[in-house]
Amino acid sequence: MTLTLFQGTLEQGLIYSLVAIGLFLSFRILDIADLTVDGGFTLGCATSAIATLAGHPFLGLGLALIAGSLAGVVTALLQTKMKVQPILAGIITMTALYSINLMIMDNRANLPLLKCETIYSWAAGFLPEDYSKIILLAVIVLLVVLAVFIFLRSGTGLAVRATGDNPDLVRSSSINPHNTITIGLCIANAIVALSGALLAQYQLFAEITTGTGMVVIGLASLIMGEAIIGRGGILRCLIGCLVGSAIYRLIIAIAITSSMQPSNLKLVSAIIVALSISWPAIKEKLEIQKLKRAAGK
Amino acid sequence: MLELKNINKTFNKGTPNAKQALHDLSIHFRPGDFVSIIGSNGAGKSTVFNAIGGSFLVDSGHIVLDGQDITFMPEYKRAVHIGRLFQDPLRGTAPNMTIEENMAMVYLRSNKARSIFGISSKERDFFRSKLQELGLGLEDRLKSKVGLLSGGQRQALTLLMATMTTPKVLLLDEHTAALDPATADKVLELTQNIVKAGNITTLMITHNISSALALGNRTVMMNNGSVILDISGDERDRMTVPELLELFKEKSHTTLDDDRILLTND
Ligand SMILES: Nc1ncnc2c1ncn2[C@@H]1O[C@H](COP(=O)(O)OP(=O)(O)OP(=O)(O)O)[C@@H](O)[C@H]1O
Ligand SMILES: [Mg+2]
Repeated sequence: MTLTLFQGTLEQGLIYSLVAIGLFLSFRILDIADLTVDGGFTLGCATSAIATLAGHPFLGLGLALIAGSLAGVVTALLQTKMKVQPILAGIITMTALYSINLMIMDNRANLPLLKCETIYSWAAGFLPEDYSKIILLAVIVLLVVLAVFIFLRSGTGLAVRATGDNPDLVRSSSINPHNTITIGLCIANAIVALSGALLAQYQLFAEITTGTGMVVIGLASLIMGEAIIGRGGILRCLIGCLVGSAIYRLIIAIAITSSMQPSNLKLVSAIIVALSISWPAIKEKLEIQKLKRAAGK
Repeated sequence: MLELKNINKTFNKGTPNAKQALHDLSIHFRPGDFVSIIGSNGAGKSTVFNAIGGSFLVDSGHIVLDGQDITFMPEYKRAVHIGRLFQDPLRGTAPNMTIEENMAMVYLRSNKARSIFGISSKERDFFRSKLQELGLGLEDRLKSKVGLLSGGQRQALTLLMATMTTPKVLLLDEHTAALDPATADKVLELTQNIVKAGNITTLMITHNISSALALGNRTVMMNNGSVILDISGDERDRMTVPELLELFKEKSHTTLDDDRILLTND
């Protein structure tokens, strides 16, 4: 693998790490499998692309954050006020977002951003050329990590964390768990949309299908990160998201340079996620087998 | 202080499983009352607590707390004034958060405007001094995850958290029943100290008949969703466990049928 390819992999790792961080918030902190992500990622791509085309790349990031949090709020309202099952709530929003994303993209499945001013071309204006992208991305991701870290230790953050851990405690602290779920999903989806926004400007196009399978990819990164870094404190988990996402992109890069079809990667991600989430059950089965065998002797 | 007026509650209304758990129940608790509540399995004791705490809305009747009608107030809002402990020590704390984070969390209910940058050293000192009062050494483990504590430690912590900002009413639903006898005694002793210090109006469901008579100033007996006996003062002071059981038989025309009843004085 060449150095440029490696650097590109890291850059993408940084971009996609935000999806893993968003899923860390919904899946690990709130204990909700939030499928809004697939639609929310494309939503970020689309808003960012449209603003970039209009000559406002930074506005694109801002709009993506706002659009993403709105998507999160919709999913949250569905599952709290309307009592829709969490998974279904995410699917409903994701489905609606497909049409909304197309609308934003002016009914085109693909929006090229060639020759547009982007945040990366802006950064290349004053940073060392070869490293401008990675520096810019590192700064953005670092800011997000810091913001999430500070948030999760604040009063509201504690309440959001307790929501996934013991909702009874949230109620008995006189806080409405509906609100904490809404806040959590709102932030998670804002971060996911930001990831999409950064990607659209990075690859210089937005595509309606970009977000497909993003939940599983993000979970795979999250879980690989946890496997390597561990599941200690919050900071550790956030760093795990970065590491896991970088490794995921590395695997993809290797697969692309080798003969493997890149399209098979979603299958690989699916297997990683299925195996790692069912690992406790598999382990239990194996242990029972072992006990049985021992008893049979 | 706390008044229940003609409360009715039927579960699974309109189905063959319909079960009227509370029958036109009325009772008034005075400020500073420490009431022990006893009764057979399924008498409706926990249901009364759930009605007061707001786990569900009652079918009819009114609940008035300190002059305010809370009949339709959502559970999380009532929690400002009502502290609750359950039999299951796992219910009152978040296992994946540290002791200090759990405490900071409930402390929010009195202190909404806390610093956004984690737990301040002032708060930490306050938590530490509170934990010291428990005498369980938890003050040195502020950063331990609560999931690592024993059931008794968790229940003691829950008690502390439920009373950190003095509630108007404290509801204890067999809160020592899942603990071993020595730990149960310890938690009960802590309960008495905290209740006394804050002069908190307390309702305690128990299966230990002798401690029901020994603790507090009033004993209420329930059967079939109604209050069948409510004693305090001299009458209660003179009451013995056998007399109380006899009285139950007389009032309910059955014997106290309780699989967890404790008659011994240990
Ligand atoms: N959520 C519910 N749904 C349906 N029935 C319920 C519900 N909660 C309580 N009940 C029924 O209401 C009756 C009263 O139950 P409750 O839990 O109040 O009894 P209890 O006095 O606390 O008994 P125990 O001493 O066993 O804890 C029981 O018949 C019970 O089956
Ligand atoms: Mg009960």
